[in-house]
Amino acid sequence: MFDAIAVQGIKKRFDEVQALDGISFNVKKGELFGFLGPNGAGKTTTINVLTGLARPDAGKVVIDGIDCTRRPKAAQHLVGVVPDESNLYPELSGFGNLCFCAALYGMPSKERKRRAQRLLADFGLDKAADRKFATYSKGMKRKLTIAAGIIHRPEILFLDEPTTGIDVASARQLRQLISDLHQSGTTIFLTTHYIEEAERLCDRIAFIVSGRIVKTDSVARLLQPLRGRHVLEITCTGITAKIERALSVEFPGLDFSIGKQSIVRVEAGEEIRVGPLVRFLEEAGTEVAEARKVKPSLEEVFIKVTGIEAEAMEKEKERKGRKE
Amino acid sequence: MKDWRAYFAILAKDMKTYYLKPPNISWGIIFPLVWTGMFFIRSGSGLGSIPNLLPGVISVAILFGTTSMLAVNITFEKKNRSFERLLLAPIPFELLMLAKTGGAILFGTANAFVPVIIAAFIVDLSGIAWAAFVPGIILIAMSSTFLGLFIAVAVSEVFEAQTFSNFFRFPMIFLCGLFFPIAKLPVFLKPFSYALPLTYGADILHGAVHGEHALPYLLDFGALTAFCLVLFAASLWNIKRKWIL
Repeated sequence: MFDAIAVQGIKKRFDEVQALDGISFNVKKGELFGFLGPNGAGKTTTINVLTGLARPDAGKVVIDGIDCTRRPKAAQHLVGVVPDESNLYPELSGFGNLCFCAALYGMPSKERKRRAQRLLADFGLDKAADRKFATYSKGMKRKLTIAAGIIHRPEILFLDEPTTGIDVASARQLRQLISDLHQSGTTIFLTTHYIEEAERLCDRIAFIVSGRIVKTDSVARLLQPLRGRHVLEITCTGITAKIERALSVEFPGLDFSIGKQSIVRVEAGEEIRVGPLVRFLEEAGTEVAEARKVKPSLEEVFIKVTGIEAEAMEKEKERKGRKE
Repeated sequence: MKDWRAYFAILAKDMKTYYLKPPNISWGIIFPLVWTGMFFIRSGSGLGSIPNLLPGVISVAILFGTTSMLAVNITFEKKNRSFERLLLAPIPFELLMLAKTGGAILFGTANAFVPVIIAAFIVDLSGIAWAAFVPGIILIAMSSTFLGLFIAVAVSEVFEAQTFSNFFRFPMIFLCGLFFPIAKLPVFLKPFSYALPLTYGADILHGAVHGEHALPYLLDFGALTAFCLVLFAASLWNIKRKWIL
């Protein structure tokens, strides 16, 4: 049986920028595959190459056994694409947009109307069905764009940053919709910068940085090295390098590091006792505001593998989302 | 069958979204009326001169109608990325672009018949050779549309498309023999005249309306068809080169 997507050594250059530098990966049928990376890492370019919107300089793309590098349009009936920006027609209604998108895939008139009504109901947009797309909120636009991407029941769905720039409630709803689609057997290729989102939704994840895939594995296997690690973060004011050195002497079994905003990060291979640490810090003249245990997460794996601060990456994208 | 459903959906959507809007309908009626009135007053030769004005007014109406609308339609959709949605549709690229230009061809053809219908109420048009006149109008609409497509693909903003179009449109009006016979143009301008599609369209219309055409119909129709094919092929090549990166 073919993989849903097989990519070998794809390279793509835009003038001075090497957007993709020989990336290779496979996505199995029915899998939810996450593509995680910072802005400009090559996520959208990868989707464009896979869907025929960009031509690779080198390498091979095979979708469901069809060589798309030779025949870029041959597999387009199998795929649905939800771009990072909603690109439906502002002048058409929600219902009109879905019917139009269905017609692009050759769906007969009665079927496309039935399917559009069904999707509008499923996505909670039935009351806004006759309103122009231009009048929709950002969350509604994203939902309708996803509905348009699956109107023809594609076997493979490409989702490019589906929850960027929308409110928390809408993002949660969209994640549930993506999860439902995955459960129904659709192969999903999801790009995101939200590490938690990828961790919660994806079967496997690839980390992409500067056009190169630096790690690909299942979520469980990526988290494996962190199992048995215990992490404590203590927020305090007045922490100095001298106090940090004193901590290492006083608690030799623990690893200490001081992060941004005076957060002391403590790591150990066994359970960390909070009381002695807090007492020591307060006696050393600091003021402890908070101490919390941190569950090992994909974010830590991401930071270790890529060296990129996940928080910085999300803030950067949020700023972009607000501008849109 | 599936491809044709997509074709008609794109055509119908464009007609609804761009062409059948009140400003465009009023443009399609007022523009030919104003040109007819202008030449009628200028010539001062009575109602009988109206058939003589028809080829010029029809050609100008088609040329401006098609190129203006296509510049808006294609450039706008490229800019807001909805054109990507069409590029992702599983239909042949050539058919997709024929669907995108189909609306402009219909709009241009409809524009052309506005002065004809008005003239039919005022003067006797029974002398017109309709067998050449109607295909001539359709071919002018097609070649102007594909010229508009070629321009729209070459730029990225709507205003650039309109500005760039004028570099072609205004010289074309004065060099194509609609208002000044090509024979009376300076020798150095004549090659430019024969390099313009509208020259052959205008010749067909002159021949069909008052029997005076400088070139054989076969050559006129052949040249216009060739312009259509070359402009369409060049536009497609340019889209693949510039938009499918």
